Amino acid sequence: MVPEIYYITLSAILFTMGALGVLARRNALIIFMSVELMLNAANLAFVSFANTFQQLDGQIIVFFVIAVAAAEVAVGLALIVAIFRSKHSIDVDQMSNLKG
Amino acid sequence: MTVDLILFLILALVSVATAAGMLLSRNAVYSALFLVLNFASIAVFYLLLGAPFIAMAQITVYAGAIMVLFLFVIMLLGAEQLARIKVLPWQRPLAIGLAAALVAETAYLLIVRAAPSAGIVPPAETVNTLGELQNLGMALFNQYLLPFEVTSVLLLVAMIGAIVLTKREKGERE
Repeated sequence: MVPEIYYITLSAILFTMGALGVLARRNALIIFMSVELMLNAANLAFVSFANTFQQLDGQIIVFFVIAVAAAEVAVGLALIVAIFRSKHSIDVDQMSNLKG
Repeated sequence: MTVDLILFLILALVSVATAAGMLLSRNAVYSALFLVLNFASIAVFYLLLGAPFIAMAQITVYAGAIMVLFLFVIMLLGAEQLARIKVLPWQRPLAIGLAAALVAETAYLLIVRAAPSAGIVPPAETVNTLGELQNLGMALFNQYLLPFEVTSVLLLVAMIGAIVLTKREKGERE
């Protein structure tokens, strides 16, 4: 058995890398991928806790997180496509107007 | 060192390396492919943690559906690379500083404040029924029935929202 703290540490590292991606990159698609990475890091912590306490609830929360992430990606990518249509760029620095 | 620990270390290395590759590659297609590898390695972690159903959902939904959607949009927009213009020169140093602060905070919580669940003794492992799909299904359709149904409505709304957002108005031309 691998100690739980190892999984939590790995989850923290992955979450931080996702946060760094959101802050440092300018490409809207890569920012979005970094958000997915952060969601995955949180899921890993949930499943790890579920294993430690032998409770199913952690796994069920992860199941819902995956479903919500799918919905989020569908709407988010549609937004990115709509922004690209009006601005011809997905650089987040260019998205500084209130009116397209 | 047990086999589990060796496997964990190799997989942890793979997942951190692919996350770094996702962050550092210039081309968005490479980023997406690195992220697929990262999701696959996390799915193996789920198998190690006794969650085979979640591992399969991870592969099919994340590595399959979501990343295919990402790649499709990247190639549809032709937005693999951005023009290299620096609008905010202080953005990257500030981002690295803030991420370092986050690392310091989590390290403090993990190391100084000890393990999060050190005081709680997990129940004795009599029969490990965690991985059995039957139990997951029973919990999902009894205790968690309402969230399950709400999720289905949420997916429907997301589908309609995506169609409405990308639909062209009548008379609008590109």
